[in-house]
Amino acid sequence: MRARPEFFLFKKQRESRAFNHVFLSILVVFSLGPVVVLAMNSVKSNSELGLNPLGFPQEIRLENFGNAWERGEFERTAKNSVIYVVGTVAAELILGGLAAYSLARKNPPGANFVMIYLLVASTVPIWLYLVPLFFLWRQLGLLNTYHGLILIYTALNAPFSIFLLRSYLIGLPVELEDAARVDGANELQVLLRIIVPLAWPGFLTVGLVVGLGIWSEFQVALIFVHKPDMFPITTSYFKFTDRFGRDWAMTSAGAFMMIAPVLILFLALQRRFVEGLTEGGIKF
Amino acid sequence: MRYVVVPWLFLIPILALHAFVVVFPAAQGVFYSFTDWRGIGEAEYIGLRNFEEMLFEDQSYRDALWRNIQWMLFFVTVPFAFALFGSSLLAKVRRGAMFYRTALFMPFILPSIVTATIWRYLYNPRFGLPTLVGYEKALLGQSDTALWSIAFADNWHFWGFLMVLFLTAMQGIPPVLYDAAKVDGANRWQEFWHVTLPGIRPVVLFMLMMVMIWAFLVFDYIFILTGGGPAGATEVLGIDIYKNAFQRFEAGYAAAQGISISIFAGLIVSAFAFLRKRGWEI
Repeated sequence: MRARPEFFLFKKQRESRAFNHVFLSILVVFSLGPVVVLAMNSVKSNSELGLNPLGFPQEIRLENFGNAWERGEFERTAKNSVIYVVGTVAAELILGGLAAYSLARKNPPGANFVMIYLLVASTVPIWLYLVPLFFLWRQLGLLNTYHGLILIYTALNAPFSIFLLRSYLIGLPVELEDAARVDGANELQVLLRIIVPLAWPGFLTVGLVVGLGIWSEFQVALIFVHKPDMFPITTSYFKFTDRFGRDWAMTSAGAFMMIAPVLILFLALQRRFVEGLTEGGIKF
Repeated sequence: MRYVVVPWLFLIPILALHAFVVVFPAAQGVFYSFTDWRGIGEAEYIGLRNFEEMLFEDQSYRDALWRNIQWMLFFVTVPFAFALFGSSLLAKVRRGAMFYRTALFMPFILPSIVTATIWRYLYNPRFGLPTLVGYEKALLGQSDTALWSIAFADNWHFWGFLMVLFLTAMQGIPPVLYDAAKVDGANRWQEFWHVTLPGIRPVVLFMLMMVMIWAFLVFDYIFILTGGGPAGATEVLGIDIYKNAFQRFEAGYAAAQGISISIFAGLIVSAFAFLRKRGWEI
């Protein structure tokens, strides 16, 4: 007598899961489909692309990548982007790490004020300061320079980085630091020898999220960098599609080269990406 | 002394940099908004003239503002519907859950320039998606479809992010509530409406607030896909400010427009803070 309703419930649950899987698969096709189309177009010839715009490629042609690399000047712009990314991430981890350590462990007078300042700062609309900042940067000769853009990126990512590193540091046990201090370590030694080795996952998450953001950044780079020599990969690609927009195969290959390293990193470390991006919350 | 000086030595570099990049120019922006500054040379004080022009004379400002409001209406509905649907499906699934989450989140990590390029292709009237249904007009080239087409491309990139936020929140709902709903004979929709949605309400409301603020900042996708065209049909405030500041060199006026965006953001935050005081659990 009792077996029946349970069996019924079990069956009903299985049916409902099938419903979930069907609709989730449709959503997956929606999310991955456009990227798959991009990848397929990047190995087609333009004549095939005209006949077979959304289907599987008949033959794989890799010369699109070479052409895009040459004409899109990816060698230079990828290098520029790496400089912007590495410079910003390094500055962010060092300066943001120092600030986060101070807030998490030292609790100096005014710490609450700093937290509120950062919270408000992270929601200030960029259009409030972007125009005056441009003219300030021009006056200071910081347009079209690596350090000019890195300074802006570091500042704009500071609230997110400090919040995330601070919450990570708060979660670490304080005993090891105290033990090191008893042994005569100074603040910097404590930070380098104890905190960094323990907190590296937090630093890695911040580095990944900030690095991804800079690699993808468009708006600030568009406004602050006008010399093609200094273009990051994004604004340079924009100019590239402007010139070669009709060559879909080549521009697709260019776009795919831009996202390939990001996709590989994301697949390898996706938990960190997802956690970092969603815990930051207040970031696009 | 050590307990004050050393911690502040650690804080000062990044705070000073942030103040120099954000607060100082923001203050300058407030100052310039009362001037006719053109980016170079002297700025002459003209009182509220910029704001008068913006509110009462500049038709393109009003049109742009209306487009931002349309953008906002799109983004407080479509991505939320996608994300609520996806996350409530995914919360119940165990097998393949990681795959689904990764796949649905993936578009969020793509650069705006790449997302825009992909969708420019997919919207292409000659061989894009419209041809599959026999619609052979340029979605991005017509005034009445351009803005929504761009919004949809941005939504494709964005909704997975919302979905993961909702999914995380759903995992915090006590399973006993679902058991109770089942005992009461709730169907799928009732369960969502009476258990899931109330359970993740704080995140949903917070993200509604953020999305409303972001709607006034939109720039990348529109700049890349149409540059404000066709015939100004997608010119939102961000594009308008960009053109005023960097093409027409009306820096004072652009600063005033930037302040208006901040005022809208402030109003949105205040409205949510007010509702929260009124007992809305945000």
